[in-house]
Amino acid sequence: MRAALVVLAALAAAPFLGFGEGYSLTLLARVMILAMAAVSLWLLVGGAGLVSLGHAAMLGIGAYAVVVLDDARVTDAVVVVPVAMAAASLFALATGAVAIRTSGVHFIMITLAFGQMAFFTASSLAAYGGDDGYTLYGRMTVLGHRWLEDRMVFHYLCLGLLALVLLGTRMVLGSRFGRVLRAARENPVRVEAVGFSPYPYRLVAYVLAGAVAGLAGVLLANAAEFVAPSYLAWQRSGDLLFMVILGGLGSLQGAVLGAVGFVLLEEWLGHLTEHWRLIFGPLLVLSVLFLKGGLVGVLRRG
Amino acid sequence: MAEALLAVAGLRKRFGGLAVTDEVSFDVAAGEIHAVIGPNGAGKTTLIHQLSGTLRPDAGSIRFGGREVTGLGLARRARLGLARSFQITSVLPGFTALENAALAVQVRSGSSFRFLRAAAAERALNDEAMAVLEQVGLGARAGVMAGLLSHGEKRQLELAIALAMRPRLLLLDEPLAGAGPEETERLIGILRGLRGRYAILLVEHDMQAVFALADRISVLVYGRVIATDVPAVIRANAEVRAAYLGEDEAA
Repeated sequence: MRAALVVLAALAAAPFLGFGEGYSLTLLARVMILAMAAVSLWLLVGGAGLVSLGHAAMLGIGAYAVVVLDDARVTDAVVVVPVAMAAASLFALATGAVAIRTSGVHFIMITLAFGQMAFFTASSLAAYGGDDGYTLYGRMTVLGHRWLEDRMVFHYLCLGLLALVLLGTRMVLGSRFGRVLRAARENPVRVEAVGFSPYPYRLVAYVLAGAVAGLAGVLLANAAEFVAPSYLAWQRSGDLLFMVILGGLGSLQGAVLGAVGFVLLEEWLGHLTEHWRLIFGPLLVLSVLFLKGGLVGVLRRG
Repeated sequence: MAEALLAVAGLRKRFGGLAVTDEVSFDVAAGEIHAVIGPNGAGKTTLIHQLSGTLRPDAGSIRFGGREVTGLGLARRARLGLARSFQITSVLPGFTALENAALAVQVRSGSSFRFLRAAAAERALNDEAMAVLEQVGLGARAGVMAGLLSHGEKRQLELAIALAMRPRLLLLDEPLAGAGPEETERLIGILRGLRGRYAILLVEHDMQAVFALADRISVLVYGRVIATDVPAVIRANAEVRAAYLGEDEAA
């Protein structure tokens, strides 16, 4: 867990090391929020062996819950956060109940299909801006206080929640539940032969991951004060999956490293040239080819 | 007489035109070691699959502990006390030997929907897991990743996992498969140590082991049980010799 702790410490220190102005903090908030979503996806891919290509839908549903409530003038975190997490969990429960009956390529395709369903639904919500997206009236309040307007408060809120999610996921993976989940990834028949049916464990993991991604969606909406259907697009699911693989499936902290590496590389290349995607793509290919075990694997060997 | 622990009656399974299991009936009494032998292609593996719940029979019934289990899946039967080991070693390679056994202990000691407490630190699970590892002679290898164990040790671990379930019946699918002479010796020793404490249905190719261990033997040929009896009688049975033992001598 050491590398993840170093990253968290760096994020905590960043505002005092010359990254305290608006632009940097916005970027860092994005890093932390996507890291949170990546950690929740790691629980599925690395923990349960469920390769989902629809995880952005959970993120987007969390964000759109903020939109719907904002439109109804409900902006306090005490309501917004539980509602958003519940909405994402329910979506995960309903789609997961079907998807987890499949496996392998079929699971990838069915999660992609559910994700696209959510994307097209969001695009067609004319009341909330349709394709153009929706600009929030403002960030959530916390018990009536407008604390989150303060960039530093928001920065440390994201950091705190990321740390919490990381710690929580780690505990879940090490628990009895997590043991069954990991065992079912390694050898499902063996797990059934000792008397566990993997299905309910996988479904619960899917719902947990959905809830955490929903939380990340709430933060993402508040960071930008804007939500668009692109939050749910399959490209975003692909990005998240890539972060997890780039970081490495060997260890949970890979999700954090992958998200940081992915977002910062994207940002840096974007500054170098407007044709940055031409460089970014091949770099991703090379990283998959040569970084065996992802960034975590490199750290282990190095 | 009370009902046998495992009672199989009129079991049938066809793959296309081929009857792989054809009106198979036999039973296993509590504490008995009942071996199933038969030449290659006799349908032993198909039978094991049906008994353990990974394959549905076309007809017939399987009763276990006085209860109809024909329609139940692998996991449900396992929880009722029917532990199965695999012909091709099936352990969790990324888990330590201890964790492999602890997972099986976990099934019958409270809910596994516990999310926060570290399972690896649960004394009750670890102690029981350690006890079964020691029972099969793997105590010293408890901390080793199962994927790094030798073939024979994996066979021992396979047994330990089954024992950790505290089963009423062990369904052992060629527990000696691929083991060298020394490993075979050790495994037979372990199996002998289980005699009387568990009912065992043993499917095995190694005739020496079968005749040394079994209380009764059923001979399966082309999906049919042609004889069920004590080893001495089976050895003398002409039909069995023709179908099976003769083949072995000729080889």
